[in-house]
Amino acid sequence: MSSNGNNGKPLNVVGKPFRKVDARAKCTGQTKFADDIVLPRMLACKILRSHEPHARIKNIDLSKALALPGVFAIVTGKDFPIPYGILPVSQDEHALCIDKVRFIGDPVAAVAAIDEDVAFDAMNLIEVEYERLQTITSIEEGLLVEEPRIHEYGDGGNVHKKVSLEFGDVDEGFAEADLIREDTFFYEGNTHLPMEQHAAVAYFDSDQKLTLWSATQTPHYVHRALAKVLEIPASHIRVIATPNGGGFGGKSDPFNHEVVVSKLAMITGRPVKCTLTREEVFYCHRGRHPVLMHLKTGVTKDGAITAMHFKSFLDGGAYGSYGVASTFYTGALQTVTYEVPRYKFQGARVFTNKPPCGPKRGHGTPQPRYALEVHLDKIAEQLNLDPAEMRRQHLAPPNSVTANYLRIGSMGLGACIDKVVEGSEWKKKFTWSNPQSPIRNSQSRKGIGIACSSYICGAGLPIYWNNMPQSGVQLRLDRQGGVCVMCGSVDIGQGSDSILAYIVAEVLGIDPFDIRVITADTDLTPVDLGSYSSRVTLMTGNAAIQAAERARELLTLAVAEKLGVPIENISFAERRAFDVENPEVGVSFAEAIVLAESKFGTIGTVGSYTPPRSPGKYKGAGVGPSPAYSYSAAVAEVDVDPATGIVTVERIWIAHDIGKSINPALVMGQVEGSVYMGLGEILMEEMSYRANRNVVHKFPSMLEYKSPTTLEMCDVKTYLIEDPDPNGPFGAKEVGQGPLLPVPPAVANAVYNAVGVRIDEVPITPEKVLKALREKEKGRDPRFGPTAVPNTDWPEPLHVLTPAEGGDGREMPRVSVHS
Amino acid sequence: MQNGAKQKAHISFSLNGEACEVAFAPHKTLLEVLREDLALTGTKHGCELGECGTCTVLVDGKSILSCLMLGLDAAGRRVETIEGMAEGAQLHPLQETFADTGAAQCGYCSPGFMLVAKELLEKSAKPTRDEIKEALSGNLCRCTGYIKIYEAVELAAAKMRGEAMELPRESLFGIET
Repeated sequence: MSSNGNNGKPLNVVGKPFRKVDARAKCTGQTKFADDIVLPRMLACKILRSHEPHARIKNIDLSKALALPGVFAIVTGKDFPIPYGILPVSQDEHALCIDKVRFIGDPVAAVAAIDEDVAFDAMNLIEVEYERLQTITSIEEGLLVEEPRIHEYGDGGNVHKKVSLEFGDVDEGFAEADLIREDTFFYEGNTHLPMEQHAAVAYFDSDQKLTLWSATQTPHYVHRALAKVLEIPASHIRVIATPNGGGFGGKSDPFNHEVVVSKLAMITGRPVKCTLTREEVFYCHRGRHPVLMHLKTGVTKDGAITAMHFKSFLDGGAYGSYGVASTFYTGALQTVTYEVPRYKFQGARVFTNKPPCGPKRGHGTPQPRYALEVHLDKIAEQLNLDPAEMRRQHLAPPNSVTANYLRIGSMGLGACIDKVVEGSEWKKKFTWSNPQSPIRNSQSRKGIGIACSSYICGAGLPIYWNNMPQSGVQLRLDRQGGVCVMCGSVDIGQGSDSILAYIVAEVLGIDPFDIRVITADTDLTPVDLGSYSSRVTLMTGNAAIQAAERARELLTLAVAEKLGVPIENISFAERRAFDVENPEVGVSFAEAIVLAESKFGTIGTVGSYTPPRSPGKYKGAGVGPSPAYSYSAAVAEVDVDPATGIVTVERIWIAHDIGKSINPALVMGQVEGSVYMGLGEILMEEMSYRANRNVVHKFPSMLEYKSPTTLEMCDVKTYLIEDPDPNGPFGAKEVGQGPLLPVPPAVANAVYNAVGVRIDEVPITPEKVLKALREKEKGRDPRFGPTAVPNTDWPEPLHVLTPAEGGDGREMPRVSVHS
Repeated sequence: MQNGAKQKAHISFSLNGEACEVAFAPHKTLLEVLREDLALTGTKHGCELGECGTCTVLVDGKSILSCLMLGLDAAGRRVETIEGMAEGAQLHPLQETFADTGAAQCGYCSPGFMLVAKELLEKSAKPTRDEIKEALSGNLCRCTGYIKIYEAVELAAAKMRGEAMELPRESLFGIET
């Protein structure tokens, strides 16, 4: 299969474990993160946040705060009348709240002062009078309580969004099934917990233009939001995303502190910095949605799926954020792993008085993936099939279109399953009738479980509707031999700066460390939409290939003329351009640029990338399409202590279908990091709130919000499956998010295998395991988890004929019923 | 001004092998003094509450959380930060191996990890994997799953012992398929 960029030539850079181009800076303390920026006369900003979960703002008294020496300016909601939000359909945030607050941590006022101490003192002198409103604390309340509404928009009451889609005749599919199984699951919310606290510095300089440095994954969207809210032309705003000290999706929204420091810099004429405290980072959140899920699946005796009906209920927290997309994502990717010929999805997102949820690594898909993979495990047991074998038998075929119109290209899941089955000695270890009796004693119990998953390599559609490329790269070659690559992408630790250098170096036959990489600066770099949806390697990579090939073409013409050989003879490698038939005949790379600049003038090229159009045309088809899908399979081996309920994950075997590794060492790092984050989610991480009406976060600190240390992290055995995808640069697919997905269900399935109890609620804490073991002892249903989902009215589903039914990707006209 | 009226404290200490004098507001932590008064921003912060290990520096050779130590308490002591790890342009073996293995992804926690690892390797030339895990257990990293960090420490230890060692192929490419 040919892939972009390759042309069958041997690769000199791609596929090799080079250092990252920024590795030295990061290991010497020289990388400048946002809070490391210090400007002369810089003021410090502190933001007063609501201590009420839901209240009207009756009055704000700034007089005492303004009187404090060292205070330069204070802003409140009335300074920010224009709302913003990441999605065009949810422009529901104000930089500072105007009329009411919607969660504990909602920003109310902001101070710029001579230093952080004075800003803090002034913040505490601001007096806010609130009138409390009833709080909405759960999914159930969000569905049932119509008044008060947290927002005045959405699908009624406190329902933000309800969707209902049906692909093919699901009832017909259930009628064909030998077994229909229904299960209910809950996945608790959790947060990104990047090590770097969010920070932003703004400067309104002498030519009346605004510069914002910020730890953001999406400088382009921040740029747009600032222009809208501050009412100044986008051309007068420069957003520079500093290297992110971890993102994981938590720095993908435009944030209030970014808008606030910009405004304060405009008011005071001085640079202003705001660095959030760790507690504030918990309130920024935008993390994993808590999701309650119900699955109904029909299967034949051999485990082939005949129909699936998936319902999800999302606790969205207090704002829209990416929530509409998150809602669709909980129902989109069920179809790309195993063949699902008929599929129905219903999803509802509600507003609650909690920090807003949004995109965390895997955005909206770890929850349904956990539910689906545990559900399939239960089905395999009922059918007495090996769960690895059952999955392997019913894979979605490569180069096919799913029932919900997602176009699958390369599909390496079968190879992934084979590798983890072989590596873990699955066939030797796994049996449904675990001979160990799971009664309470001090003996620990071992178990093994498997799960699979898939993830997008970039969202097929941009966040705001447009026909422009999603990624642009600009290349400048200078007569001294220098190559500079410029791109709007943001390095959040995944190595995206390095990927640009590797790819340009490969195409131009130079060393990646010869290249200067300039990224994430809206004044200097062409737009790339940002580091989210696992889009960066695929999209910037393809744009970089195009820019570099265009530059190579100019050099080739000039060198061929100079050497007097046909242009097809010119090749680039080892910092030279030469005649492939006489490799000693050639010029240095720098000379090649001189020749080209002499012939054509200054050498600069651009490249861009737009994803292919999706075959889905129905309303809601925008979420799920991707140029390619990555695949992962994982086997977890656990040890469960029935006396304490403590689950120890000893080892995870994981295979990831990467298409082609641009740098395998970086791919390994992403796989291991994803396994780690999945492990934290399944065992301990949770955003939880005190069980009263106040909706107070239980533990907004790193000590109390449990995340795995070196002592909890398991051993990881990784396999990389390389099946190049025609849409990927050199065949590459994503790795930043996908490998997280199979980890939580693999562990849950292994816990069942160890002690015979199903924990249908994430995280699997010792308390839940013990409760389920007690149920088992009493001869009751040996599980812990939700038993039902709320009854709610769903909109009439959009009916879409599947490709197999001859559908064209559009919804069928609604049939009006006459009595 | 309320704050400006406060008398600054003045201390002398050894910073990355050099004599250093600095004046600062007396309530400041060592973390703040390093970052704000000495412009050594290589020392990071993740919580400023002693929870995450990110701000680790070495004081008299021992790893401490600079967010929990007053700047005043550094008087007369020997403080080492990430900026002092390299010998001139020659990186410390840990810096080389953290860069080579990808142990630094976002790089934000890396200075703290490298300083704790330096303390470990000064005490123990050939630590076991379990000893490395134990030594690093007070430092959080959200990117790597710690595995590349263990490997970087093991490689650096070998380098410092003068032994040739390379990462197993499966660490960089996955298990041979």
